[in-house]
Amino acid sequence: MPRIGVFVCHCGTNIAKTVDVEQVTNAAARLPNVVYATHYLYMCSEPGQNLIKEAVKEHSLDRVVVAACSPSLHERTFQNCARTAGLNPYLTEMANIREQCSWVHTDRQQATAKAMKLVRMAAARAYYDQELYQTEIPVNRRALVIGGGVAGIQAALDIAQTGYEVVLLERTPSIGGRMAQFDKTFPTLDCAACILTPKMVEAAAEHNIKLYTYSEVESVSGYVGNFEVVMRKRARSVRMDKCNGCGVCWQKCPSKKIPSEFDAAIGMRTAIYVPFPQAVPNIPVIDRENCRYFKTGKCRVCERQCSAEAIDFEQQDEIVKEQFGAIVVATGIDVLDHSVYGEYGYGKYPDVVSSLQLERLINAGGPTQGILKRPSDAKEPESVVFIQCVGSRDESKGFPYCSKVCCMYTAKHSILLKEKHPETQIYIFYIDVRAAGKGYEEFVRRAQEDFGVKYLRGRVSRVFPRGGKMVVMGVDSLLGEQVEVEADLVVLASAVQARSDARELARILNITTDKHNFFTEAHPKLRPVETLTAGVFLAGACQSPRDIPDSVASGSAAAAKVAAMFSKPHLLSEPMIAQVEPMTCVDCLTCQSVCPYSAIEEVAFKDPLTRQEKMVAKVNEGLCNGCGTCVAACNSSSIQLRGFTDEQVFREIESALAS
Amino acid sequence: MSQDNIEKDQPAAAWEPNIVGFLCRWCSYAGADFAGSSRMEYPPNVRVIRVPCSGRIDPLFILKAFQQGADGVLVSGCHPGDCHYSKGNYYARRRMTLLKKMLDFIGYHPKRLRLEWISAAEAREFADVVREMVAEVATLGPAANERVENAGQVAPTPSPLSEESVGR
Repeated sequence: MPRIGVFVCHCGTNIAKTVDVEQVTNAAARLPNVVYATHYLYMCSEPGQNLIKEAVKEHSLDRVVVAACSPSLHERTFQNCARTAGLNPYLTEMANIREQCSWVHTDRQQATAKAMKLVRMAAARAYYDQELYQTEIPVNRRALVIGGGVAGIQAALDIAQTGYEVVLLERTPSIGGRMAQFDKTFPTLDCAACILTPKMVEAAAEHNIKLYTYSEVESVSGYVGNFEVVMRKRARSVRMDKCNGCGVCWQKCPSKKIPSEFDAAIGMRTAIYVPFPQAVPNIPVIDRENCRYFKTGKCRVCERQCSAEAIDFEQQDEIVKEQFGAIVVATGIDVLDHSVYGEYGYGKYPDVVSSLQLERLINAGGPTQGILKRPSDAKEPESVVFIQCVGSRDESKGFPYCSKVCCMYTAKHSILLKEKHPETQIYIFYIDVRAAGKGYEEFVRRAQEDFGVKYLRGRVSRVFPRGGKMVVMGVDSLLGEQVEVEADLVVLASAVQARSDARELARILNITTDKHNFFTEAHPKLRPVETLTAGVFLAGACQSPRDIPDSVASGSAAAAKVAAMFSKPHLLSEPMIAQVEPMTCVDCLTCQSVCPYSAIEEVAFKDPLTRQEKMVAKVNEGLCNGCGTCVAACNSSSIQLRGFTDEQVFREIESALAS
Repeated sequence: MSQDNIEKDQPAAAWEPNIVGFLCRWCSYAGADFAGSSRMEYPPNVRVIRVPCSGRIDPLFILKAFQQGADGVLVSGCHPGDCHYSKGNYYARRRMTLLKKMLDFIGYHPKRLRLEWISAAEAREFADVVREMVAEVATLGPAANERVENAGQVAPTPSPLSEESVGR
């Protein structure tokens, strides 16, 4: 029979003022199986804990019930106390007689009576407590970083530099991500390539990092410390071991009129291409959909020109399966498809461009070598109108959120244009200017005051062409007037959107997304880079719109979490998880259908009595988080949640209601 | 004073509602703790049982509570969309909806089972829910009476295992 000890805490006067602790102790001493009960001023203090330890020894206690504050405060303390006294820590129970009794009631008699019941409930529960053990889960000390933008590169570098192996997986032919497309960065106006490309080269040179470019994640199974990831390395049609990146192939390629993804469709590329000159790895791929040979069976110009004999038209996609202990998701963002704003004429008028296109138009590495020429007639614009919040903060289009970066990059664009051509007239239609960040507000004021950029507060209703110019009609809400501005070029500050396939990846990784398909963190404030799936972390703008400093910071934060996990000899799993009794399981798999963690698998089980083999449900201990939803759903009562068994709850209910 | 004395001190006529509360540990139990640290007073009639998730609450727990003489049962979890385990509270919502209908069918007033979403920050809401529920259940009176009254309206089917049939 269990021997229960009850320890009632005064908590100074916090409990003792409203609850008669002596009476509670006396009542506890008379409860079944309670062999010892006492009270003390501060049970959590060193002398209080010593009192518990000594009582455990002296009275051979094997259950400890502490009537004190909330278990969320001191359950761990008393579990550790029990452990040092030689008991299994899970044989400890707490009765919350402070937060849920002495602090919320004033009538001493009623509060004392309730405290006695709470102690009785805890003791009834303790009777059925079982020794539980944390199981050791081995950790595979390799990390997978999905997405080779600046956040992913930062995470990969930081993990690699702590000594662990990383696979950096990127969908496009080169790492670099969005940042590689940018001309300069706000608010310092550093050239994006100058600060990013060294990091890209560093990532490629780091011996702990393996780069998988032009690759995608197919499926993920397993659990924290032990993920198995199937990846598809798409066929480049160029042998990476032979190619030296000389560039003859793409200079000679006859298919030259393919809109370049990297140049936001402003520039053109060939069918065999590297996305941009500083690409890492600097090895081209053949875009099979647009390649003349793959379409017509004739051409092979690149193959004839290649002195390294690197072209391989027969190459197949390669499926690789690898083990990882942790996964960092850094898949970044898409930008809004402007077709939802028909009134702004994007796609209809060539001189209405997106901010990303402007970025390429003013970039020295872009299709115009950095000289801003408007797309229709290659004229250098004398007046430019920027429209902000195109897709942001517009509930009618389904985007209630702020994209966070547009106010700043629009200010940056206006300064960059003014620096080159001070006589350019620049107007910015805005709703509010949001410039919260180090040096951001000062930067916007510089645009307004030093560069004379005209900020007009109000929405634009329509953009249309008139006599070789674009007319922007809008409202200046500060003057309360309709305004009409003529411009040579109109730039739309595009909203930041989650990747179109973010939900699909979330499904593969078993993580959650919010209603705009951005990945959700475990806690918005205190666990910002973790997900609710242990071992999967987030970095960068795939989580919410963010700028470069924030993306880099979250990349490093995710890396720190991974490194902390890898630095332990093994992981410990919480023992309060579900367990199936295979003898009574009827294999209906209702549990599988309700489990939020896909922790239930179907396995064969040989009945020791009948010696017949049957299929039963089994809980994967690494995946189970112990919510208990399956326990309540089980049709044959074959699942129990350790530490929260039906037996325990039933006894607790009975003692709560016994007179 | 011993426990016995306390119980003797209370006059038999002063019936007080007995309510069992099942609170999920992440949101509602933390909300109840917060009501405590904010010193919000509420009546002592609710005895709380902490569960990992509202999805853990087996409808049998509630039936067991009523069988043991509870006058009301409070079930509370995280707000929809906020479940620590992502969707346990949705399962709780479905189960409680069905159970409520069943309780109604067997003669219990539906207000005796209350499902609430209370976050860890909603101390005020927790205290209000307890006050409101205790007042409501007090108006309804003891659940045992209700069961007897309503049971009279349905022709009783003697259970083969009832005490009479066993011959005591």
